[in-house]
Amino acid sequence: MMNSRPHESTNGRAGRIDHRLILEMIEPAATVLDLGCGTGELLSILIKEKNVRGQGIEVDNRAIFECVGKGLSVFHDDIDTGLPEYDDRSFDYVIMNQSFQQVKNPDTVLHEALRVGRKVIIGIPNFAHVVSRCQIFFKGIAPVTPALPHEWYDTPNLHFLSISDFIRYCDKRGIKIEAAQYAGAQRPVAIFPNLFARTAIFLLRED
Amino acid sequence: MTAGDIETVETQYCTIAHPPSGFLLENGESIGPVTIAYETYGSLDPNRSNAILVLHALTGDAHAAGFHNGETSHGWWHDMIGPGKAFDTDRYFVICSNVLGGCRGSTGPSSENPDTGRPYGLEFPVITIKDMVNAQKALLENLGIDSVLAVVGGSMGGMQALQWVVSYPEKVASAILIATTSEHTPQQIAFNEVGRQAIMADPNWNNGDYYGRDLPDKGLSVARMIGHITYMSDDSMNEKFGRRVKDKKNLFKFSPEFEVEGYLHYRGYNFINRFDPNSYLYITKAVDSFSLANGKPLHKLLEGVKTRLLIIAFSSDWLYPPYQSQQIVKACKMAGNNATYCELRSNYGHDAFLVEFEEQTYLYTHFLKKVHDEQQAA
Repeated sequence: MMNSRPHESTNGRAGRIDHRLILEMIEPAATVLDLGCGTGELLSILIKEKNVRGQGIEVDNRAIFECVGKGLSVFHDDIDTGLPEYDDRSFDYVIMNQSFQQVKNPDTVLHEALRVGRKVIIGIPNFAHVVSRCQIFFKGIAPVTPALPHEWYDTPNLHFLSISDFIRYCDKRGIKIEAAQYAGAQRPVAIFPNLFARTAIFLLRED
Repeated sequence: MTAGDIETVETQYCTIAHPPSGFLLENGESIGPVTIAYETYGSLDPNRSNAILVLHALTGDAHAAGFHNGETSHGWWHDMIGPGKAFDTDRYFVICSNVLGGCRGSTGPSSENPDTGRPYGLEFPVITIKDMVNAQKALLENLGIDSVLAVVGGSMGGMQALQWVVSYPEKVASAILIATTSEHTPQQIAFNEVGRQAIMADPNWNNGDYYGRDLPDKGLSVARMIGHITYMSDDSMNEKFGRRVKDKKNLFKFSPEFEVEGYLHYRGYNFINRFDPNSYLYITKAVDSFSLANGKPLHKLLEGVKTRLLIIAFSSDWLYPPYQSQQIVKACKMAGNNATYCELRSNYGHDAFLVEFEEQTYLYTHFLKKVHDEQQAA
């Protein structure tokens, strides 16, 4: 999932907006499991800024090498199968940033994440962003945007969901959304997030 | 940073457990004196905090890097140990010793039994992986080293590393477990048993009493041939030998015809020059009897262990398949250990840890740097 992270180009001096929003949600010195941690960018920030104890799970070898290069602990595993060993409430936070829409069974994985973590943080690209809508409506093509940068034939994303989809899903499953943050390219989005936000970050716990 | 080579090295010897005290074994027996052959590379820092213990596999020895005087072949992990290499001798003090029960300088069945003045042969006691580890611990104490930065080993060396972590977690800051297992499986035991039967079926074996006479070289050779098959993979054998044939001048119709046959014969017949058949019996028995948790849940043994772990498996290794490493990983997850696991892609089968250097070097260099930095900061 290493090549699947969008927003790399927005990585300015202040860092990625989604990383900043996640950073704000996490309590200092917490234990964190990052599912689909990629090259370990977020974990490194959390360790540095919040002194968390972090563990990653990643399926891509090259990404794992970069994690080890950063001094991180990471397991080579598939998120779809890598959680059953963990005890209930093994971590304060389980994070799936931009990896949730890439798993085969999001329903099962989120259920497991909520079991293993006291809280779960999910970051998703918003499929209903205005640019995506315009591409579908006016051009009649599957959207390719900064938040969804892949062509339909070459995408790691298996599920395409909007912010509204996710909120409805949580409601249906009895998952409590404790906090939600929406972001555009650089800054938070306050109004009509399902239209104007490229990315959403949800802080969840079991109701 | 350019990597350099270790040059001339000499094997050193440390003798402990002189009678009557003796060296206590897991089975309750004791032997003594015990000599441990070892080599060191690099230098110990003033805090004695930069030692790395390298643990060899089944038929390895203390000669891990560099050249012995006048010899042209280097140690078995020469490409991994040296200035600027994975185990950087500019930073770390690397120690490798020959296992207890071995035949490359450490006390084993070919050593003299002080009670009889003759080689032990089958009077040598049964030894275990834990006994090997305890001998290494005694060596370190003798060298004035209380704890190590890392224990590192592949295959049987990985079993010893894992045993170190479980037996003496406070003495090892980190461990690198490569292509190994927490317990031998029936398939692994079966291959070893065929090897042992080949040795014992050789008339020269004579119940282990063959020293100073004709050696059971044919039996040992067959054992080694079987071993080599299990260290390679279907792909690596196809690549290395294909169906190529040697020259057909030999008239006897069952002479080695294919290159793969010639290779196995060469490996087999040379083995007697450096390995004692009785040692092969004792050491294979030690790995076969290895079951770290012995029926109990493995994660219970790892609970509270602070040692940082790096676990490596190779995709084409069918002798110690990745699932065995994943079982250790599973236990780490349950016990909450600080661990990293990576399955490296390779076609070389179990041998990969001795031939695939680039990725191993990257991973071990960074892993050790992290552990070293943390320890310096503490």
